[in-house]
Amino acid sequence: MSELTTAHAPAAHGSAHGETSLGVDSRKLGIWAFLGSETMFFGALIVTYLIYKPVNAARSDAQLPHEMLGINFTALLAAILLASSLTMVLSLASIRKNDQKWFTIWLAATAGLGLCFLGGQVYEFTHLYHEGLTLSSSLLGTTFFVLTGFHGTHVAIGVAWLLSVLFRSRTLGYNVAEHMDVELVGLYWHFVDLVWVAVFTLIYLLP
Amino acid sequence: MATVERPLQRPVGIPQASAAPSGWLSWFSTVDHKKIGIMYMLSAFVFFIIGGIEALLMRIQLGTPNNTFLSPDVYNQLMTMHGTTMVFLAVMPLNVGLGNYIVPLMIGARDMAFPRMNALSIWLFILGGLMLYSSFILGGAPNAGWFAYAPLTEKGPTLSATHGMDYWILGLTLTGVASIAGAVNFIVTILNMRAPGMKINRMPLFAWAQLVTQFIVIFAFPSLTVAQVFLLFDRNFGTRFFLANEGGDPMLWLHLFWFFGHPEVYILILPVFGIVSEVLPVFSRKPIFGYAFIAYSTVAIGFLGFLVWAHHMFGTGLGPMVDAFFSGASMLIAIPTGVKIFNWIATIYRGSIQMKAAMYYALGFIAMFVIGGISGITLASPPVDLQQTDSYYVVAHFHYVLFGGAIFGIFAGTFYWFPKFTGRYLNETLGKVQFWILLIGFNLTFGPMHELGTQGMPRRIYTYEAGMGWDFWNMVQTVASFGIAIAVALFMWNMIVSLRSGQRATNDPWDGATLEWATASPPPAYNFASTPTVHSRRPLWDSKYPDLDVAHSPTTKPVKRRELAPLDLEELNRPVEPGSIHLPSPTFAPLYVAIALCVVFYGILYLSTAAIPSVIAIVVGLGFFAFGVTVWLRAADRDNASAH
Repeated sequence: MSELTTAHAPAAHGSAHGETSLGVDSRKLGIWAFLGSETMFFGALIVTYLIYKPVNAARSDAQLPHEMLGINFTALLAAILLASSLTMVLSLASIRKNDQKWFTIWLAATAGLGLCFLGGQVYEFTHLYHEGLTLSSSLLGTTFFVLTGFHGTHVAIGVAWLLSVLFRSRTLGYNVAEHMDVELVGLYWHFVDLVWVAVFTLIYLLP
Repeated sequence: MATVERPLQRPVGIPQASAAPSGWLSWFSTVDHKKIGIMYMLSAFVFFIIGGIEALLMRIQLGTPNNTFLSPDVYNQLMTMHGTTMVFLAVMPLNVGLGNYIVPLMIGARDMAFPRMNALSIWLFILGGLMLYSSFILGGAPNAGWFAYAPLTEKGPTLSATHGMDYWILGLTLTGVASIAGAVNFIVTILNMRAPGMKINRMPLFAWAQLVTQFIVIFAFPSLTVAQVFLLFDRNFGTRFFLANEGGDPMLWLHLFWFFGHPEVYILILPVFGIVSEVLPVFSRKPIFGYAFIAYSTVAIGFLGFLVWAHHMFGTGLGPMVDAFFSGASMLIAIPTGVKIFNWIATIYRGSIQMKAAMYYALGFIAMFVIGGISGITLASPPVDLQQTDSYYVVAHFHYVLFGGAIFGIFAGTFYWFPKFTGRYLNETLGKVQFWILLIGFNLTFGPMHELGTQGMPRRIYTYEAGMGWDFWNMVQTVASFGIAIAVALFMWNMIVSLRSGQRATNDPWDGATLEWATASPPPAYNFASTPTVHSRRPLWDSKYPDLDVAHSPTTKPVKRRELAPLDLEELNRPVEPGSIHLPSPTFAPLYVAIALCVVFYGILYLSTAAIPSVIAIVVGLGFFAFGVTVWLRAADRDNASAH
């Protein structure tokens, strides 16, 4: 009899835009598909870094990560970015409770921490350039700047996105039922954070 | 039973006739999947013609030994642009165009999930293609093959000195962004916007094929993008990813490129498998044989496609273990593909076959694709491959798959769905004449390449000495290639004539089975007056013939069709009060965003040679991008507000 089943349960969370076949909001499904694609993008960048790590180390004029890159400052940056994931979670939790004040504060804090990370990365890049590690100085420079640079670009896009959600929250107003914009930027932000955990571990922590 | 009215799943707006751009301008602001599908198909067809002219020029050059019709450099540019055009600007967007038009209709949706993003995809595709072709005027086209092997593509006096390869990188990146945006759109549409009752195992096989294809797109394209970024940096910003004398490795290019490039082959052919799976049962008056096998073998091909990229690299000396793995994985793909072929043949078997033009092309597809598939199997064997790779045997193989396969299948789909697009039939007689000219021209052009390749004629050469035993067949091929051109010209003539005065088609001209035939030809902007409710795999057929038995698999008990609630065709096509159905309103925002990205990409392209104007272009482009996004968000918010 399953062929005759006509029942089509409405979406559990009752989206304002009507039910969907899977019961998940379409925009959320879309961002998941997009992040799947992004995973492959960063996967290729990270694999390239790992392939060239021993190649670079074997050269006579090798520039080695643990000599060129200080870990303390970057560890601080990593902590800042991790903290921004926490504030993002708190911001989403606040709007789900319709707490407009704390929603705004946590969202602004997320964007602020993201900006701090970017500022720190700019400082780190300039510092390394003066130390002699450049895009064309060695394979380490090539792979390091392209990988961290693309991650930084993603953080910058994320900050712009966060700020636009912040701005739109003043004009549109998000509430308990309508906060998909916040969820979407949150998913993207957590992804960018997760990528940094992988990048940081592979570049700075692995011997 | 009345069909269930279902709220539209998308942010929507009431079309305002006064504010909406009309006439030719409406094509620039449209967010209707059907118009976008037509734009995809027409622009891809134009690129197909251009790529074909490039092929003809190459064939003239190769027709006689020691020919001086083209210079080596021009030949290289034409060869590169022919391959790039056919893969990225012709076959892929033709499939996307058919999918864009048909898939939402097939699954009973009003539009794609993200109509504005759909418009962004078409504009990025068109602008990316134009950017690629602007290289001919602005200093020389790319000239190192569509595979762009590093270090041949590195910048250097003896290598690739012009900006041509930069155009290849950035133009294709634009179309790549379009592909990924389109893929996300298709995936969400197919997974999330099916009509009530259209469970995933009741979806038409064309929708299945598109779904798997788009999953391949989102996982394969990033690898190409990364490779292109590396090459761009190598050429312009002093990195050394692929420069062996500075520690880089050209093999990295091969791996990244073919990790994309092999799945790309399935991006090109899987939707065509879907087309054929729709056409054959309708003209055989039988249900498709082994629906589940065809669907699951599509998934299997999608998965295996990612495990076989290194079979393009046997000649590079990967070592016997690696060769063995990739050889085995490549041959495995023949299993799900063979499953499909046998299912198609079983579908025709004992059918009451109607030999319409679409059926000619579908059958031609099977025959040609089998030839290409078998030469593919021989190439998957490393010892054979080491002999044949980079010879004309490989050229024969992939033309049998991509022209004999993909293009024949796309012709089948075009003849099949043309009445739905336009309300008129394509001329059947012209179509059949075209088929025979195309079939003969095609086989005489590419068939002898098997022989030439075995005789040792290398690919990618622009001329050859007389007396190598290659003269005769090369001349035959060149003459025959004009047969293909005549066939394509005949098709264009057919389209023009049929659009003007073709025989009028009814809503359901072929006595079809799937939902797109349940609405008007051409369909109204809102597709269906009310959302259809689906009870079987062939909702329209089962509604038309309620007294026939239906069994979807040997394990389920047959039920009478009349026990299935039929589609209410009158209700689906009832006259609709204007304003009662909400549709996304037209907007120029996607066009703005696409133009902005294009400006930014031109800036990046000239960053290393003309820094100041480039930076200005990038800044202006980013500013215009922000403007485009703002207009976009306003349009979205307006639609949201009017939907509530």
